Amino acid sequence: MAIEWIVIIASFAYLILLFFIAGWAEKNADKSWLSSPYIYALSLAVYCTAWTYYGSVGRAANQGLDFLTTYIGPILAAPLFWLVLRKIIRISKSLRITTIADFISSRYGKSFSLGAMVTVISVLAIIPYMSIQLKAISASFSIFSTKSLVGQGLFFDDTAFYITMVIGAFVIIFGSRKVDSSQRNIGLISAIAFESLFKLFAFIGLGIYVTYGMYNGFSDIFQSAKVLPEFEQLTSLGEESAYTNWFWLNLLSMLAIVMLPRQFHVAVKENGNENHLKKAMWLFPLYLLLINVFVVPVALGGRLFFVDQAIDADTYVLAMPLATNKPLLALLVYLGGFSAATSMIIVSTSALSIMLNNHLLVPLILRNNTLSNAFDNRLNTVVLRGKQVMIILMLLLSYLYFKLVGEKFSLVSIGLISFAGIAQFAPALIGGLFWKNGNKKGAIVGILTGFTIWFVILVIPTIISANLLPVSIMTEGLFGISLFKPHAFLGLEIGNFVAQGTMWSLLFNSLAYIIVSSLSNRSIQETNQSEVFVDIFKYSTNYESAILWKGKAFYNDIKKLLTMFLGKERTERAFKKFHARNDIQEGSMEADFRVVNYAEKLLSGAVGSASARVMMSSVVKEEKVNLQEVFDILQETQRYISDNKELKKKSEELRETSTKLMIANADLTKLDRLKDEFISTVTHEMRTPITSIRAFSEILNDNDDLEVEQREQFFKTIVEETKRMERLINQVLDLEKMEAGKIQFELSPLDMNEVLEEALNSVEQSVNEKGIEIEKLLDKNIPSIEGNKDRLIQVILNLVSNARKFCTKENGKITIKTALKDKHIELSVADNGIGIAKESQAMIFEAFYQAEDQTLKKPEGSGLGLTISKKIIDKHQGEIWVSSKVGSGTLVAFKLPIN
Amino acid sequence: MKKVLIVDDEPNIIMSLEFLIKKSGYQTFIARDGSEALAIVDKEIPDVVILDIMMPKVDGYEVCEYIKKHKKLTSKVVFLSAKGKESDIEKGYAAGADFYMTKPFSTKKLVSKVNELMSLTT
Repeated sequence: MAIEWIVIIASFAYLILLFFIAGWAEKNADKSWLSSPYIYALSLAVYCTAWTYYGSVGRAANQGLDFLTTYIGPILAAPLFWLVLRKIIRISKSLRITTIADFISSRYGKSFSLGAMVTVISVLAIIPYMSIQLKAISASFSIFSTKSLVGQGLFFDDTAFYITMVIGAFVIIFGSRKVDSSQRNIGLISAIAFESLFKLFAFIGLGIYVTYGMYNGFSDIFQSAKVLPEFEQLTSLGEESAYTNWFWLNLLSMLAIVMLPRQFHVAVKENGNENHLKKAMWLFPLYLLLINVFVVPVALGGRLFFVDQAIDADTYVLAMPLATNKPLLALLVYLGGFSAATSMIIVSTSALSIMLNNHLLVPLILRNNTLSNAFDNRLNTVVLRGKQVMIILMLLLSYLYFKLVGEKFSLVSIGLISFAGIAQFAPALIGGLFWKNGNKKGAIVGILTGFTIWFVILVIPTIISANLLPVSIMTEGLFGISLFKPHAFLGLEIGNFVAQGTMWSLLFNSLAYIIVSSLSNRSIQETNQSEVFVDIFKYSTNYESAILWKGKAFYNDIKKLLTMFLGKERTERAFKKFHARNDIQEGSMEADFRVVNYAEKLLSGAVGSASARVMMSSVVKEEKVNLQEVFDILQETQRYISDNKELKKKSEELRETSTKLMIANADLTKLDRLKDEFISTVTHEMRTPITSIRAFSEILNDNDDLEVEQREQFFKTIVEETKRMERLINQVLDLEKMEAGKIQFELSPLDMNEVLEEALNSVEQSVNEKGIEIEKLLDKNIPSIEGNKDRLIQVILNLVSNARKFCTKENGKITIKTALKDKHIELSVADNGIGIAKESQAMIFEAFYQAEDQTLKKPEGSGLGLTISKKIIDKHQGEIWVSSKVGSGTLVAFKLPIN
Repeated sequence: MKKVLIVDDEPNIIMSLEFLIKKSGYQTFIARDGSEALAIVDKEIPDVVILDIMMPKVDGYEVCEYIKKHKKLTSKVVFLSAKGKESDIEKGYAAGADFYMTKPFSTKKLVSKVNELMSLTT
């Protein structure tokens, strides 16, 4: 099969792949990574077109480094994204603005004329730019074969034509199916992101092949290239006047990155989250850096490789792999260039079709009575079909331009001329963002002035070079006026013609904008819009209340109008949401002004703000407003927003306080309950000894005939029980004092082993008598700690006495251990008794707690021992805990910090 | 000889009760918790049971209910408990007690109550 057929099939296969990606992405739109900042940053790389892909190498090979200005500008502009682009995004999202034409029109009082002007200039600037993409596809094709992709005869045997139409189908399906343009097109954006990745991959692939496959790395290429006569010029900034070029070309690309309709489309309209800018601010410059790494090596490599052959430098990237017999790599590179071209065409057509439709077609119908009556109830169809017709029209125009005139231009110049045309929006756009006094008249005069100069300096020469205008204009000036000589405008000859054109057009454009704005007045609606635009961060949450509207409007009329464009369901849903958010009662016949503004905003998403304005006024009865009222409502809104914020803060604080109160209350209640429980338990515990004392006292009193032994035993019991009461009372008082923090422990350095021995001295014998063995595992090397000796002895005795109580009746054993563990001294007392169930373990330190399952009921002891022990250990900044398993004994341990 | 079962977990209280009951001319049995009490009740069928309430394992209420549920057990039950709240006393009678006394108790009153209940038994 002939190679040209393989290339054609690959091209169409690539387009089909795009359809698949877009279709898949639309079906899976809920996948979060499809809406991630990475996809957003990649979609911005639609900036890199076929002109970049082929033209950069061409420019680098012929002119040197000035190709870089196209990338340095955007990289320099990236840090400003947060300041400028974020504001544009916020405004556009708040007002449902979808194109740069709508943005400028809306800022200057929803002006029809400005919208139309911006649209016309964009189309004039972009059509040639699109046509050079087609040219790039066709030129790259012709490298593969002697046959041209462009048929010599009629369009139907021209492959380029079919490719154009497939792209058109793609844009119609994925870029314009929705009437409401403000909705995002995830499918289209995903496909663009893929294209960005693909062209980067292909270009870097080629770069690596040339640098490391054909040569031995960067230094090899640069060393070898020194033989070229122009080496010095190709790798330096150039002579002095070049600095002027650099400045203006950088400025140009800085502006283009925001103002090109396709950039506005991906950066603003398709932005799903302002915060994506943060990642895009470094990811996008990184992308530009990566795609340029190999431009100079490839250009120099190409110059060296084709040193004796007349090969157009624009085609080096394809010619090199082909000449070294790497057809597959060449095919990949071709598809990379193809993707760069298609992505540019796709996004530009999407953006321009919305502009053409909303700012030329719809206003035309609305302003013409006959037409508007004819389409009265079918405006939604007009909007939808209109966009689709515009897409086809745009593509046809590009195709025709390419076939009829485009063949005569080089890639580079048209791109830059296009940039300069689009840059004419900059004063009106940027001024409108930050300067409230900039007005519609200023914007119109500025743009027209800039456009005219641009046309004279930059467009006319290209028309002349295509032999469509007499050459005399170049030598004698326009209309024979020498000041209007395109390449020596006003008699000045500095920099190249693009730099000149940019400088003069922007200079006069800005001056005109500022002067005319300062000298003329804004209309009331403009005033209102300019306030909202410049101070968008104050109004964006409450845009509807910030626009003054007076008159009479009925819900039914508004709903009917909206339903036509948004459909019944979306309209109802939108109203419901709006009512809930703004506390508006439903069911009334008359709509308040916020509803009118909201409806107009929704409509703007579909038809642009100027047309939305006209459509709304056709269904509502509007009254005139005066300037004072506008300022009043702006102030009102600002106050409302700040009040709202304050209220939110206050209620937040209130909620916090009440939560704190609730917690405190719960704590108090719990404390109260604990205190009650404690008192009732203490009195209860006292009843037992008192009962015995009373019973035996009565018995002794009533029975004089008791035997001496019995008598003695009863007396002894009375004394014992009295002591028990005393102990209990002492412990309760002890605990109370500790709880109230009244006890100050006197601390002294202690060796815990000695303290332990001293404590055991007093009990060891009585324990052993019960047949219980005491095992001591003492770490002799533990350091001393600060503690209160008597209190710690109290704790140890308590633990030992508990252990003794719970040891098994036979073979009872108590194990006592001391050890040094991570800056603490740990002392544990373990018995081999029945153990404590897990759920009871946490509670044993509570006063009077007795594990429920216990067979022995406090043979002695008050039930306060562990509670007091815990308090003592707490006072030492230590910790006490229990670890036990039912059936395998209980271990109670405490640890004290070494200071 | 008529039989009295003393159920309590405090050794000193048991000692005093044992003295008082023996002196009144009855045979005494001792149980230190509820489950011991149930075993003796079944075996000896005492005429009067002096019953503490708060004991490990099986508490006094349960012992009383057990006695009153089984027809063959004709024992009279006197609760002797440190629990003195209205609700505790009601709960004791609801369990079927014949009398409820709180600790500390009057020895004379206890003895006379036991005698009184004895006269009701056959």
